[in-house]
Amino acid sequence: MQPLFVFLGFSAFIVYSTWAAFQATSGPVYYHFGGDGADYQSPFFSPELFGGSPNALFGKLPPWWPAFLPFSPAFLMMWIPAGFRFTCYYYRGAYYKAFWLDPVACTVGEPRKSYLGERYLPLILQNVHRYFLYLAVVFICILGYDAWKSLWFIGADGVKHFGLAVGSLVLIVNVILLGGYTFGCHSLRHLVGGFLDAKSKASACANCYNAVSCLNRKHMLWAWLSLFWVGFTDVYIRLCAMNIWHDFRIFTF
Amino acid sequence: MSTVTFKIWRSGEDGKDGKLVEYQTEASEGMVVLDVVHKIQATQANDLACRWNCKAGKCGSCSAEINGKPSLMCMTRLDMIPIDKPVTIEPMRAFPPLRDLVTDVSWNFRVKKKIKQFKPRPPDAPDGTWRMQQEDIDRVQEFRKCIECFLCQDVCHVLRDHNKHDEFIGPRYLVYTAALEMHPLDTEDRIPELKKAQGIGYCNITKCCTTVCPEHITITDNAIIPLKERVVDEFYDPLGWLWKIIRPKG
Repeated sequence: MQPLFVFLGFSAFIVYSTWAAFQATSGPVYYHFGGDGADYQSPFFSPELFGGSPNALFGKLPPWWPAFLPFSPAFLMMWIPAGFRFTCYYYRGAYYKAFWLDPVACTVGEPRKSYLGERYLPLILQNVHRYFLYLAVVFICILGYDAWKSLWFIGADGVKHFGLAVGSLVLIVNVILLGGYTFGCHSLRHLVGGFLDAKSKASACANCYNAVSCLNRKHMLWAWLSLFWVGFTDVYIRLCAMNIWHDFRIFTF
Repeated sequence: MSTVTFKIWRSGEDGKDGKLVEYQTEASEGMVVLDVVHKIQATQANDLACRWNCKAGKCGSCSAEINGKPSLMCMTRLDMIPIDKPVTIEPMRAFPPLRDLVTDVSWNFRVKKKIKQFKPRPPDAPDGTWRMQQEDIDRVQEFRKCIECFLCQDVCHVLRDHNKHDEFIGPRYLVYTAALEMHPLDTEDRIPELKKAQGIGYCNITKCCTTVCPEHITITDNAIIPLKERVVDEFYDPLGWLWKIIRPKG
């Protein structure tokens, strides 16, 4: 049953995130919520280099973007977290089973006879994982900044006040879960200390290795929780922006 | 006491063309599958062949497939499996059958001989001994728990379903290589062989080997993936090559 649940879980996320990206090609901006002085940016659309929200860094539309193609801010950024997850060691094992039945489960036969593994093209390209990791770490910093911004609300006096709302908590939990997933990465574990045979000679590396190993033990759990929560964060901001959900303010100084 | 039905693989002439033969026997509290096999051997099928030795989960001899799952017969208690239905006991399917539950696992020993042996650095002390820290050896000690039961080799679909025995050494020998390669005293380089002759790229991280390991060695996460990363260091990472040029000792 596990490959079936993995198949349904991944499929649901891929369908939803693709739909969310294309939703932003036209019409009102629902990936940013600015009501009641808040500043929530959906993680699917952050950083927003070009786009229609107040957080867009360089304007509405990239000048080099072909006019006949629809544009969404997610198109410029989403490939990075997508690539990071696609090449992740946990996800690889999971989707090889769930989508390609390679194998569907342990000791269960396979539907095909030929097998190349990750030794030849195209799957040899999975070795690019550590480069997606470098970019994903930058993303964590940006999403951390988004979470920090969600704690500041523009009051009636036009000044920003520190506060906390349910949306802030959603964005904070999002960056914590994504951080737990990213900083428990197998490649990171190798790069910070796993490459050394004698870690006792490099105590900083040993400490980093132990910390990453600690997160790495539950890498699958972090992967699923962060996947679900990043989707939920987009849903939350979208529904708040559409005035379907009300963002409850817990306190403001 | 309850009567339990077992379906045990019995080979035909010259070890081939076998079939599952049904036996019924009384099961009592605390029995393991190996006890059942011995009981059937003693009372109903004197010519039933099975390999066993320690009956304590340490020799790795009694590997078989119990209800389709690669397991040690001596470590599978009857209260761990459903006995209200017939219990199937079959030999490991990744290796050539010899007779009944016994398979020819000699391929594994031939593979082991091809892996470069331990090559320590010169001794640290005049008396010919070495010094190393426990924290440096912790990682390798996990791999030394292996009892060579070959259940991980049996469950690996690269060997089991795709018969890549000539191109892939299997999880057991990736663990063995990791134990040598990550040893703080070792100076040998096994990475080029791992990529080419030993086919580490065939592993697609299904973690089946980790699931069946009776010693609970975290084969995939602690041995195979770190070795894959070392292969990436050497063959697929241009930034890493640059780093090595800048800091050759790093």
